Amino acid sequence: MFEHYLNIFITTVFIENIALSVFLGMCTFLAISKKIDAAIGLGIAVIVVCLITVPLNNLIFNYVLRDGALAWAGLPDTNLEFVELISYIGVIAAAVQILEMFLDKYVPALYNALGVFLPLITVNCAILGASLFMVEKDLMFGESVVYGLGAGFGWAMAIVILAGIREKLKYSDIPEGLKGLGATFIIVGLMSFGFMSFGGISL
Amino acid sequence: MNLNRYKEALFKPLIDENPITLQILGICSALAVTNNLTVTLVMCVALTSVCAFSNLFISLIRNHIPSSIRIIVQMTIIASLVIVVDELLKAYDYETSKKLSVFVGLIITNCIVMGRAEAFAMKEKPLLSFFDGLGNGLGYSVILIGVATIRELFGAGTLMGHEILPLVSNGGWYMANNLLLLPPSSFIIIGLFIWAIRSYKPSQVEEDDFALSKHQTSEDLTKRELNV
Repeated sequence: MFEHYLNIFITTVFIENIALSVFLGMCTFLAISKKIDAAIGLGIAVIVVCLITVPLNNLIFNYVLRDGALAWAGLPDTNLEFVELISYIGVIAAAVQILEMFLDKYVPALYNALGVFLPLITVNCAILGASLFMVEKDLMFGESVVYGLGAGFGWAMAIVILAGIREKLKYSDIPEGLKGLGATFIIVGLMSFGFMSFGGISL
Repeated sequence: MNLNRYKEALFKPLIDENPITLQILGICSALAVTNNLTVTLVMCVALTSVCAFSNLFISLIRNHIPSSIRIIVQMTIIASLVIVVDELLKAYDYETSKKLSVFVGLIITNCIVMGRAEAFAMKEKPLLSFFDGLGNGLGYSVILIGVATIRELFGAGTLMGHEILPLVSNGGWYMANNLLLLPPSSFIIIGLFIWAIRSYKPSQVEEDDFALSKHQTSEDLTKRELNV
């Protein structure tokens, strides 16, 4: 049992890394990776939000949206899959808002550390993408918890690595036009090629 | 009616303020749909129309939206437009719609649409906003079409499915560069595009985070050391 969960985790973090293999959440990934501190803050926020929203959306999919899922309410023929996208976005926006209020009240230290990154996460497509992939893979509730953790952790790891590389590159002599964004694109391309080497591993 | 403003709204996002290379918006789909020119063209048309019309509609009702719930209102308008585009695609071009799969849905979270609605359409007149949306959609399309052309032409020797460079495997002379068909290569191509645009428009070059101190001759050094 434990091994099965560990396999899902490792697969999500390395083989199907949500940033470097599926290319989701790229806008924030490229824009907020100048400093390691900021990258760690954003990474933690993504892990927390993924860990909450993916299992939540899993419950919603299995007990409300899925074909025949409303049988417990006496509606066995109802299929609500067409409102999937909009309900996931609603759940994510609500979860982020509640998390923000909760942290502000009970864990102010973490709230201050995360700062502006929390609201930014609503529009991060890595979060929505993780929920959509969860549905595509047809995961059970327990698996979806592990999947959410893995997806968030993989994204966080990728952005921290990128921030580390960019900090090291700060003083190197890059051609004028390539400075900043251009060089970052090429670094991410090379990192992504690197992560493709995990592709052959099957667990 | 100031024609110059319309021209500016339409043409500025093409190179001067390109959404992908300068504003860092809407990158996810730029990477995933560019290995085939036909699919890319459909995606560009879909995004440009969603962007233009969402700007138009949001701008039309901008004075009636309470600012506290504006994001939800914008999301609803954008999501409805995306659903219309998705249904149209399924009805008239089912094959391409299959290939694009999730990415049409992901236009909802594409930050170009959201970003232009928030930054431009909430403040400006409807027609002007429409042109701004059109311009930004075209700016996105220019980069995507460029990347897709390079990837398909040199990666598979074809353009929109027609053979341009005859492959060795088909008895021709061109050895296909399969590396270009892998998704990460689009990062590198976009990186090179940014380099080209910024060499042409040096004002877009980013400032260094640090300043180099002036070069000092040995004479100055000794003087400074003496002063310390």
